[in-house]
Amino acid sequence: MIDILWAVQDKLGCIDGEAMSLIAEKTGTYRVEVEGVVSFYAFFSSVRKGKIVIRLCDDIVDRHAGVFAVAKSFENTLGIKLGETTPDHWFSLEYTPCIGMCDQAPAALVNDVVVTNLTPAKVKGIVRTLKKTRDPRALVTKTGDGNNGHRLIAAMVKNNIRHTGPVLFDKSPAEAGLKQALTLSPGGVLELVVDSRLRGRGGAGFPTGKKWRYAAAAQAALRYVICNADEGEPGTFKDRVLLTERAQLLIEGMTIAAYAVGAAEGILYLRAEYRYLKAYLEHILARRRSRGLLGDNIMGKAGFHFDIRIQMGAGAYICGEESSLISSCEGKRGEPKNRPPFPVQSGYLGLPTVVNNVETFCCVPPLIARGPKWFTSIGTPHSSGTKLLSVSGDCTRPGVYELPFGVSVQDVLDKAGAKDPAAVLIGGASGDMIGRPEFQRRICFEDLPTAGAITTFSSHRNVLEIANYYMDFFIDESCGYCTPCRVGNVFMKQGLEKIMQGLGEAGDLDYLRELGKTIIATSRCGLGHTSPNPILSSMKSFPLVYSALLNAHPNEFQAGFNIQSALDEARVIAKRRSLIYDVSYGDEE
Amino acid sequence: MRKKRVATVSLAGCFGCHMSLLDMDERILELLQDVEFDRSPLNDLKKFTRRCDLGIIEGGCCNEDNVHTLRDFRNNCDVLVAVGQCAIMGGLPVMRNAIMHSDDPLRECLEEAYCSSPRVYNPSNQIPNDPALPLLLDKVYTCVDVVKIDYQIPGCPPSGDVLWATLSALVRNEPIDLPYDMVKYD
Amino acid sequence: MNKTMRITVDGRKIRASPGQTIMDACDDAGVYVPRLCDVEGLVPQGSCRVCTVKADGHTVAACTEPAEPGMKVENDTLEIKNYRRDLVRMLFHEGNHLCPICEASGRCELQAMAYRLRISQATKYPYLQPVRPVDASHPDIALDNNRCILCGRCIRASRDVDGKHVFEYVGRGIHKRIGVNAENLAATNASIDDYAMSLEVCPVGCIIRKREGFFAPIGARQFDREPIGMDVETRQEHHVPKRRPDPAFGNDGTK
Repeated sequence: MIDILWAVQDKLGCIDGEAMSLIAEKTGTYRVEVEGVVSFYAFFSSVRKGKIVIRLCDDIVDRHAGVFAVAKSFENTLGIKLGETTPDHWFSLEYTPCIGMCDQAPAALVNDVVVTNLTPAKVKGIVRTLKKTRDPRALVTKTGDGNNGHRLIAAMVKNNIRHTGPVLFDKSPAEAGLKQALTLSPGGVLELVVDSRLRGRGGAGFPTGKKWRYAAAAQAALRYVICNADEGEPGTFKDRVLLTERAQLLIEGMTIAAYAVGAAEGILYLRAEYRYLKAYLEHILARRRSRGLLGDNIMGKAGFHFDIRIQMGAGAYICGEESSLISSCEGKRGEPKNRPPFPVQSGYLGLPTVVNNVETFCCVPPLIARGPKWFTSIGTPHSSGTKLLSVSGDCTRPGVYELPFGVSVQDVLDKAGAKDPAAVLIGGASGDMIGRPEFQRRICFEDLPTAGAITTFSSHRNVLEIANYYMDFFIDESCGYCTPCRVGNVFMKQGLEKIMQGLGEAGDLDYLRELGKTIIATSRCGLGHTSPNPILSSMKSFPLVYSALLNAHPNEFQAGFNIQSALDEARVIAKRRSLIYDVSYGDEE
Repeated sequence: MRKKRVATVSLAGCFGCHMSLLDMDERILELLQDVEFDRSPLNDLKKFTRRCDLGIIEGGCCNEDNVHTLRDFRNNCDVLVAVGQCAIMGGLPVMRNAIMHSDDPLRECLEEAYCSSPRVYNPSNQIPNDPALPLLLDKVYTCVDVVKIDYQIPGCPPSGDVLWATLSALVRNEPIDLPYDMVKYD
Repeated sequence: MNKTMRITVDGRKIRASPGQTIMDACDDAGVYVPRLCDVEGLVPQGSCRVCTVKADGHTVAACTEPAEPGMKVENDTLEIKNYRRDLVRMLFHEGNHLCPICEASGRCELQAMAYRLRISQATKYPYLQPVRPVDASHPDIALDNNRCILCGRCIRASRDVDGKHVFEYVGRGIHKRIGVNAENLAATNASIDDYAMSLEVCPVGCIIRKREGFFAPIGARQFDREPIGMDVETRQEHHVPKRRPDPAFGNDGTK
């Protein structure tokens, strides 16, 4: 379904009521179901968009890098406001959440083409080129390093690999892991993975071996292996680099997983923002098929059949949650499923499904080739191996760093050249914000777990503004399924804004804490379990910043109510001033 | 023990809640043993004569005068009780807020009410605008939007029974514990 | 297959059969777990979260969480009640729930839940006062989305019982709402006789049956007489087993 919708959206610039009816008719579904899916994903639209859609990334890192000025410049040059389309239906301009380019912010997507390091001055040239060529690809004058220069990617994106580690950038010969795995029984592979104590790199850290064992044990005729390349966490871009540079390793890892759990089909779920990588990844898959590394009897192993298709996402953060991702693969609204049953028991189309992060799969081949002993010798007792970190924000060397688990936050900051770090967000929007006294804490599942995002903020940034941005992000990205996440997050944001405006009182902090507790306790999936984190953790780490903004002498009136602005409209309509609240008419207030 | 001083007012309400006060019937005499009324439409006293223990608010705020009165009550009463749905969540007047999709909702509301509605007879086609009329607010606010409220008694109107139960408990400084069938939102 | 197990709810031991949810086991035992999106006869979906309970220390939705042998469930504790109050308040503040003008008042489950949870005092939550469209196109039915709490009962009733699929969720986040399978309701095949349009499906006053409003006088309405959940609490006396669609038949509740 998502593929059909992409095709229609690309062709018509929208999926309107008529198109929905037609799609429903042809696919044997209902129009309202199609509408439900279209309205769920940010990249689909029921009103007609321009042929060229410019999506500016408004992540907090991009904001600090000046995306607002860039946006203003686009507005002036194109003559439209954000969210609008030019009358000739050529250009649309809008904001989009993190596109995974925080290390080269501000960045934008022009259709599928990524444009990085924007400045207001560059905008005129960009618009001129687009108007002249009507082809976003013309914007790429110089391609980035590594495979970014490959003819099927041809992107100006830079990899920014700052530190390579022993696992993901392991120098073992290609396919060594797969070759080794195929000499073992599937059970033997499972054992190695279990012994390596490999844990999921997507953030939650579920033991990969355990997950695979459950899936292998489930009774079913067909099993699925899905790779989660829906890297939506603001500030994370490490999977982008792996997909660009280590695609072979990733597919090898998926193939080993398929062998271990007995899966015959795989899906690579690629986020819409990384569509520029799709052609390249298709090419890698095709090459592997031709080399007998995918398809029937892989590497001559009789009876081992496995193939992978790419499923495009369409702009929904929640699809990074594994059961939502499965819903999305099934062509539905990307809403989480009830669990139990867990995906390993009943996932894609009701079949046992293993969903793992890109980085997790990439860890598998070296681990098999070199053995669990080697793998567990890196990292900490409960977090073996390395972690690929995406460092961005206020630092001189933003990029990806492969470091062993257990590395301290301070070490990472030093490596990245963060000169004046005051606050660091570990793990993106859903992570914890910590202050200087906690920089000695270590990055690992025992202490500070992260899916990879390390966002640094220097002392002249406003912690509340940052927390507010992330709250906005969660409000936009909540699927709306359950009450606490749908409604509670809006209340959280309004409570925070009251404090930001200097209208808060001590009680408002308790209010936020209690509200956050209810959201965390009663939400249905990980989004709601973590959405209050930016506010709650910043309140904990920076109590003085909050208390400094509180009104020390509150009175019995509600500070949030402003009589002057409430009267403005009536003044205009009645063409007179207030007898009570306009001073010149009396002395009452 | 001195009698508790009570003030009441009806803002953007229909006076139904005040009528309901009278539904306490002969219990109102019992209540008068412990309270005396200050500013209230019940005794037609328009200004506070002194500070009160309890302020009872009916109705929300839809114009500047409502806001002014409500703040006056907050300044002059120790405890404020919002009585009835209008005071608590806006009630019927708050339906006006449902036309906020327009760019100029207040004008749309007035034009609909005085000019364009099919059943309006208004040959001058003018929206009333006497200087003595208080200016309307951009939307209807509940009491708790404007000042801090200590207690609320839901109902439209709250029954004489629930008013009696709450007020007599407040006057005697006892905890309010209402049985299931007394709390109603309509 | 029929080997029953025992779980403990607030210290009371009750029976549960394998595969049964906490909610169903409680219902059979006459223990009421407050709920809004779940209703007898439809597949549970766990979206309103009002049925949140603590099972072995974890907060879960009772309507979707399977009972496990020996499970210890907390249902009527202060902590859980506070969560439920917060959730019901969120629903009240999310939409426009003007009880005095609502035809469903007195038989509204949202209102009744607030009564049962003794919500009478002010909160700090802001009223969102959304402006959502009203669809009065259908000759017999009107939809006032301002009162919708997104429980999805009409979606499931129409899909699984009527076999029609008149409703579905559209949009996401705070903008999520119930869409109809055409430009408006009149253009769908919805009928006043659909189960989805019956009084027991919509818990609030969103689906309005035209010309039937205010059929019961104040004092004689459903929840004027007894609190919501009394039917469950007295179920054992009447020996009525709970109706659930058989999962073996997929989603179709009629089979």
